[in-house]
Amino acid sequence: MSISPISAISDAALQAEPATKARGYWTTVGRRIIRDKVSMTCACILIAIFLSALCASWLGLADPYQGSMIRRLRHIGTPNYPLGTDELGRDMLARLIYGGRLSLVVGILPVIFAFVIGTSLGLVAGYIGGKINTAIMRTVDVFYAFPSVLLAIAISGALGAGIVNSIVSLTIVFVPQITRVAESVTTGVRNMDFVEAARASGAGPFTIMRVHMLGNVLGPIFVYATGLISVSMILAAGLSFLGLGTKPPEPEWGLMLNTLRTAIYINPWVAALPGVMIFAVSICFNLLSDGMRSAMDIRN
Amino acid sequence: MFVYIARRIVYVIPIVISVALVCFLLVHITPGDPLVAILPADASQELAAQLRIAYGFDRPLPIQFGLWLWKAVNGDLGHSIATGRPVLSEVMRAVGNTVTLAIAAAMIGFTLGLLFGLIAGYFRDTWIDKVATSIAIAGVSVPHYWLGMVLVIIFSVQLNWLPAVGAGPGGSGAWGWDWEHIRYLILPAITTSVIPMGIVTRTVRALTGDILSQDFVEALRAKGLRETYVFRHVIKNAAPTAMAVMGLQLGYMLGGSILIETVFSWPGSGLLLNSAIFQRDLPLLQGTILVLALFFVFLNLMVDIAQAAIDPRIKRS
Repeated sequence: MSISPISAISDAALQAEPATKARGYWTTVGRRIIRDKVSMTCACILIAIFLSALCASWLGLADPYQGSMIRRLRHIGTPNYPLGTDELGRDMLARLIYGGRLSLVVGILPVIFAFVIGTSLGLVAGYIGGKINTAIMRTVDVFYAFPSVLLAIAISGALGAGIVNSIVSLTIVFVPQITRVAESVTTGVRNMDFVEAARASGAGPFTIMRVHMLGNVLGPIFVYATGLISVSMILAAGLSFLGLGTKPPEPEWGLMLNTLRTAIYINPWVAALPGVMIFAVSICFNLLSDGMRSAMDIRN
Repeated sequence: MFVYIARRIVYVIPIVISVALVCFLLVHITPGDPLVAILPADASQELAAQLRIAYGFDRPLPIQFGLWLWKAVNGDLGHSIATGRPVLSEVMRAVGNTVTLAIAAAMIGFTLGLLFGLIAGYFRDTWIDKVATSIAIAGVSVPHYWLGMVLVIIFSVQLNWLPAVGAGPGGSGAWGWDWEHIRYLILPAITTSVIPMGIVTRTVRALTGDILSQDFVEALRAKGLRETYVFRHVIKNAAPTAMAVMGLQLGYMLGGSILIETVFSWPGSGLLLNSAIFQRDLPLLQGTILVLALFFVFLNLMVDIAQAAIDPRIKRS
């Protein structure tokens, strides 16, 4: 009795050890990020800044609003005032930590809002295409005709100073940028076989977008948005620095930089401190975004 | 080429009209009446009504927009409420100073960016690459208004080498390219240059890396060409994209100068915008934003055309 070659192969295939389950894409990306020292350092710094801002009232800090005329502009390293005092004699350490609350909220919220709105618009424009695509993308083009700093300041300037207005104006600045990224990623995915298969099996456009496409386009958009937080922090603090954001006496890094500007001839290094915080948060988000981008680029 | 240029120009027209519409509407998104900002708090109803008619705010919005646009096309952007002078001449004078600043910053930022980018891309993953990319990432992450303050602290307050504010001895007189004036330009120009420096470095580094990994570079080397020739090919291939990025950055420097001009009291369009916002000088606000945005659109158009001129692949697509 002879064994046919075909059945021999299938027998061998049946007896072979089951392949070990391949790690999922996101597990691999996660592992790569955790192994990246720069990304992890940045993540730790950001978490420390977030937690200290969140738990500021339990850290035993001085009152960030309590000033004193007799202890104005103390130097860094003064006993009881490790980072000195500001132009109204308020403790700088406390103000920098409390300042994280507003600064981070105004810096990060616009990107989150823009992420949600921009992803939805880009997904719809990219998947449905046609006239809807033209309408959405041509509107986006108009906003691209303004440099982002100019647009943010123009809208804030027209709406008037205030935290809510800053958040609104920055959201308007970032929505077009995220929409463009989302649209181009979606157009890349929409003609792939699995989308075609879903369509063939009778799934409606909404289901396809939500179930089949969202997961595939979210990664690159998320990385882009993380990088935008860096820009957003700088712009948000910049609006306050100009006097278009938070109002005194609230502690906020941009506003602190503004009010301390007059003090650079008396106590320059204390005046520069709030900028260090903005710089630190901004550079950490930038490096984290870079780290995520290279971690998601599995081919390398 | 002419067809390409004509197509690009036709495409720009709707953008220009929409930009004008956005600038026009900016004044009308102000909560309440745009007049509220300029009327004294105790103004009578009659005075308000008179002013409303004088400024044309009593007409329907589309008609107001049409009239405003028609005037703008004819070079009339209205008069500044604060100074009473024509908005266009105010803006143009200020834009001149901003252009001076942007060009100086571009010279610093683009030269360093190209240099760092090429070196980093060429010596990828060596310590030189690490240093260059660190400088680049610091450049794009630094709050530039704060960097301006720090530079003032070091070079004006502590060392007393350079002036802290203004654009020339005796306030903001006429600009001249002599040392007395250039001294005032150094700190604002360095401050403005860090973001374009960082972005150009990152772009050029990525481009160089991509080009060096392509097959034709291998072929060039296999032919026995010297490394300087290979380098020339790299530059030729990186030029169109690098130029587009630099053009865009020049536009950002022109339009986004408000923060730096505020720090250094540099009498450019940004400082003008700042005073327009805080004096609620709406015609000036509208006019400045319109002129700056149109500059930006125009610059983008120029970049597209220049890019097509040096890279034949773009025209075909």
